[in-house]
Amino acid sequence: MVVPLDPEVHPTEIERIDVAPTNKRENRSLYQARVKIQPRLVHGTYRRLKWWIMAATLLVYYVTPWLRWDRGPGVPDQAVLIDFPGRRFYFFFIEIWPQEFFFVAGLLIMAGIGLFLTTSVAGRLWCGYFCPQTVWTDLFIFVERQIEGDRNARIRLDKAPMSFDKLWRRTAKHTVWLVIAMLTGGAWIFYFADAPTLAQGFVTLEAPGIAYMTVAALTFTTYVLGGHMREQVCTYMCPWPRIMGAMMDEESLVVAYRPNRGEPRGSVKSIAADAKLGDCVDCNACVAACPMGIDIRDGQQLECITCALCIDACDEVMDKLGRPLRLIGYASLAGEHRAAIGKGGDVRPIRPRTLAYFAAWSLAGLIMLYALVTRPEIEVNVLHDRNPLFVKLSDGAIRNAYSVKILNKSYATRSFNIAADGIPGAVVSVVGVSGVAGVVPVLTVDPDSLRSFRVHVTAPAKSFEGVSTDIAFSLHDINGGDAVHAETIFRGAEK
Amino acid sequence: MSQQSSQRGFDDVTKTETTGHEWDGIRELDTPLPRWWLWIFYACIVWSIGYWIAMPAWPTLNGYTKGILGYSSRASVAEDVNEARAAQSGLREKFLAASSLSEIRNDANLLEFALAGGRSAYSVNCATCHGSGAAGAVGYPNLNDDEWLWGGTLEQIAFTIRHGARNDLDEQAHNSQMPAFLKDGLLTRVQVNNVADYVLALSRRDGSAGSLPGAVVFRENCVVCHGDNGQGLIEQGSPALNNDIWLYGGDRDAILRTISESRRGVMPAWGRILDEVTVKQLAVYIHSLGGGK
Repeated sequence: MVVPLDPEVHPTEIERIDVAPTNKRENRSLYQARVKIQPRLVHGTYRRLKWWIMAATLLVYYVTPWLRWDRGPGVPDQAVLIDFPGRRFYFFFIEIWPQEFFFVAGLLIMAGIGLFLTTSVAGRLWCGYFCPQTVWTDLFIFVERQIEGDRNARIRLDKAPMSFDKLWRRTAKHTVWLVIAMLTGGAWIFYFADAPTLAQGFVTLEAPGIAYMTVAALTFTTYVLGGHMREQVCTYMCPWPRIMGAMMDEESLVVAYRPNRGEPRGSVKSIAADAKLGDCVDCNACVAACPMGIDIRDGQQLECITCALCIDACDEVMDKLGRPLRLIGYASLAGEHRAAIGKGGDVRPIRPRTLAYFAAWSLAGLIMLYALVTRPEIEVNVLHDRNPLFVKLSDGAIRNAYSVKILNKSYATRSFNIAADGIPGAVVSVVGVSGVAGVVPVLTVDPDSLRSFRVHVTAPAKSFEGVSTDIAFSLHDINGGDAVHAETIFRGAEK
Repeated sequence: MSQQSSQRGFDDVTKTETTGHEWDGIRELDTPLPRWWLWIFYACIVWSIGYWIAMPAWPTLNGYTKGILGYSSRASVAEDVNEARAAQSGLREKFLAASSLSEIRNDANLLEFALAGGRSAYSVNCATCHGSGAAGAVGYPNLNDDEWLWGGTLEQIAFTIRHGARNDLDEQAHNSQMPAFLKDGLLTRVQVNNVADYVLALSRRDGSAGSLPGAVVFRENCVVCHGDNGQGLIEQGSPALNNDIWLYGGDRDAILRTISESRRGVMPAWGRILDEVTVKQLAVYIHSLGGGK
């Protein structure tokens, strides 16, 4: 597939960039110190997409804690808040109590299976576009480029002896990095406390020590991981690249070089002379653009996070030469094989594997949705006293004691009548609420809170049989509505 | 074979010096420690020196170095205790100012304070004899039930806690003594047997007691303290016999032994050990267990 070059329109030579893929397997000794990768800026579809995703993810991260959501008096009005002292998790219209943490677990399960799904369809979509490590590294490289220049300028600066110019650029770069890192840690703490109050306290040095420690730790990690370690985090520290292999198959999309189109490589001049050469002019633009320090033409590699920047880099060159784009592009191995044997190069995202992942993901989502919709506003937990199991009264009656915990998840004060069903003649009394026989105790619970009551149930002698009798407490809202029931047991002496 | 030599070599593959040790042709690399590790190690040394200066660290002949920050875990606990006390101060004062215990019981805040404090004071001081659930044991009254030797109102419970029973330290301690009827020769073995049957019948509350031979013995010896119908007498701390609760066991053998040898329990005067607030908290807590009058 050789398109004849028109010297009038197309350049007759493409600069061959002097770059070695530092992380190419053969180049990388186990004993070698890290060689800094200086990725070159590219322009194109994927670079634009990545700028937009970077903007969107950073915006979500920084702005979310400042969103307000009115929940009524006495309840935080922060839309997303993990309130540890109050033991609540607020997420817009959802409020989760500690025992409902399965919602968060469910979200994590969905995120996990969602990751399986996207990986099996389009490879390391997460790594290439959304992972904080990728986004922040990209941001740090952007800063580096603004201050020190693009790849060549940076390499020159690295080699240059210390001078005023080098000093101020280095200082400026690290300062901006540290500011970004601090803002990253700074935004994190606002998810855990009322953001405006904490921000004020933070500036006036009145915030809790843990806030400063968290910001310091996250500043440090962001600065080190985004500024200095970069691709090493993905290659050496992150377990995901190892796990993702299990979700991928030959139909998964990956960023790939099309060797049957590109090979054998040759310079623009030699292509003009030799019709057998492929489209790859061996300009190394893809290698220079790679933030992971690999050569995509070597095939799939663990280091590749499919950031797709090599696609843009190659397209720029192909465009200049007037050749079809996507010599490097998203492709599946099986699709490429089908294309090579003339059976069409279609992509097949719908496969048993992806369907199974989608089904599991939907199932988890539906279960969560069901749990959320049917989430009761009032819950009752009953704990039967274990010591003593029962008390024998002077007239031979048996009394059992219970801790009845009423969870009022609504934003209104609720009052309940309590009754026990299961033993005829049993009398219910509540410590601190009523001790008067014949008067039905009223239990009042404040909005959005839990209250524990000591409840005594006294059953006349011989009104029940056996050691253990099933009973149930029922709570009727005094303003009407469905009763809430809680089953428990009533213990008596072994005869 | 191990060959030890001080001849340091150089390994071309790893570009690392070797130690000069060799085992069967295998040479030992002298790989330098990772720099990050080394720096953390140095930082720890610097930190520890600072720590010795700032914090209590070294034992001396007659004590230890105090450190310039003057930290002491004991002082820090004392501070926490004082802080907790200070946080309760309003409650403690209201507690002491309350004219009666029922006033405390009817105030939700004070009640909560009393129950919380009472529960913890109970576990520390009372659970040894009365059990962690206050269910008592043979000879140690169950505090959950509705029979009270010395009365079950809030004030009576508080009095019992404050002064105890049959101890030598508090003049106001409850005091009474049941005679050992058989041991001291007050009753014959037959009479003791009869009165035991009578008391058992009283407890059954089926009207069968009156016709028993023990009724006469009971009337002549026991009613002074235990009442005409065996209903007990709080002023004497004499238990009711006409119910289902037995402090020392309700079977015939246990009752026979009680009549023959007499029984008496001792309780310390907690007013001499605990402060007034704690005594009140305990009284309200015990009253709340279910048997309070």
